[in-house]
Amino acid sequence: MSRSYLPHWMHRLGSPPTFYRFAGALRPWLMAAALITAAIGLYGGLVLAPPDYQQGDAYRIIFIHVPSAWMSLFIYACMAVAGLVALVWRVKLAEVIAMECAPIGAAFTLITLVTGSLWGKPMWGTWWTWDARLTSELVLFFLYLGVIGLYHAIDDRRRGARAASLLALVGIVNLPIVHYSVVWWNTLHQGSTVNLFGKSSIAPSMLWPLLVMALATHLYFFASILGRTRTALLSVESGKQWVRGIVDRQPLPRQGAPT
Amino acid sequence: MITVAQPFADSSPAIMTARPGAWRACLALLRRDFLLAWRRRGELFLPLLYAVIVAALFPFALGPEPQLLARIAGGVLLVIVVLAMLPALESMFRTDLEDGTLEQWLLAPQPLALLALTRVAAHWITTVLPLIVVMPLLGALLNLPWDVLPVLIVALLLATPLLALLGAVLSALTAGARRSGILLALMLLPLAVPVVIFAAGAIAAAQAGLPYLAPLSWLAAALVLAVVLAPLACAAALRIAVEA
Repeated sequence: MSRSYLPHWMHRLGSPPTFYRFAGALRPWLMAAALITAAIGLYGGLVLAPPDYQQGDAYRIIFIHVPSAWMSLFIYACMAVAGLVALVWRVKLAEVIAMECAPIGAAFTLITLVTGSLWGKPMWGTWWTWDARLTSELVLFFLYLGVIGLYHAIDDRRRGARAASLLALVGIVNLPIVHYSVVWWNTLHQGSTVNLFGKSSIAPSMLWPLLVMALATHLYFFASILGRTRTALLSVESGKQWVRGIVDRQPLPRQGAPT
Repeated sequence: MITVAQPFADSSPAIMTARPGAWRACLALLRRDFLLAWRRRGELFLPLLYAVIVAALFPFALGPEPQLLARIAGGVLLVIVVLAMLPALESMFRTDLEDGTLEQWLLAPQPLALLALTRVAAHWITTVLPLIVVMPLLGALLNLPWDVLPVLIVALLLATPLLALLGAVLSALTAGARRSGILLALMLLPLAVPVVIFAAGAIAAAQAGLPYLAPLSWLAAALVLAVVLAPLACAAALRIAVEA
């Protein structure tokens, strides 16, 4: 008998019905925590933090822009890890999670691009410039769109999910290459002001709302992925007994045919 | 046991001994692909025609001043080649998936990655090499400086196999998809960005009289890496495409 390196509860969690119940129980708490932290972070960022000595109040878009940019990369990493698990161990749940990561990540990438564009107009005098970071973020957006497009272009959902997972893995090899090639090519974007391991060059009064906002976006992502995965599981597993059980317990809509 | 994997092995031991090695299988595949390409040789001219048409449109759109054309010619020709490669990429594995050849590839004792690499080589020789051969003509149309032409051709000789290898992975991924034309372009764009940057960097440096070997070396390094890794990814993608 082969020994497993994962604890027993983790195996249980990999089964769709267990995950469905677990996600349903956890999701409201995560969403509430996300809303509360977002409110605190936005109040700290938009009201308490002082204006910037150079950029005035215009810099305050950073509290949306930077957490979204972090999320766009973090979600891609999540998608790639889930995709790797899906490809190597053929876990159905991992396929679903990887594919449900993609639209959320694409949304955060789009938010990053749009807020960056709004920020760039007053600061740089242009909506868009072919700067290294902007270009990398745009390429990331196209990667997300490619994953979503490939998933939906293949009729067989599991095969589509596996193909798109492989594309996500190809993309994660490609992303650093894109980043360094465009840095070599052209750079205008300001350097990072938040440094995880050294001293950040951002004032503490501006840093804490930024970190709280980052926490809020992470919580939102986890709440969102649990919700999306629940819905997708119902659809993927629609022929299974446990889904039928859930459907039978739901009150039927009035227009629905009585059974 | 090998005999289990061989469907006809039990009927005749002669087939066992006639089993081709990896090298002979690749040669046979190359011959078959060249033969198929030759039987439909009219199609080989379509990418060339496309490239000539696009190159001829630029002077109409931007004005025929020789200085302007000379400045943009290198980059424009690079983009034209990338775009001309796209339609052919889409069908790299499609017919083989439809007529069941891919399943034979999977069953074959030769490594799938090697067969995929052979297919990419055949594809590059039949569809991309003619484009590079007519580069002097296109360069003349766009008034490309003659001393930049060799750098452009070397950059293309390094960049297009790289794009063909990356495109093969994507083509294998989309082989089972319903309509893949625009999707393939969307997926290829992120992968093509570094390739285009370095190839264009070499051309721009040559045009400015600067040393251009560094970006070419990067392209060569990337090509070596892709020759090793892309067939493996391509094989994984083909396995996903076949297991329906």
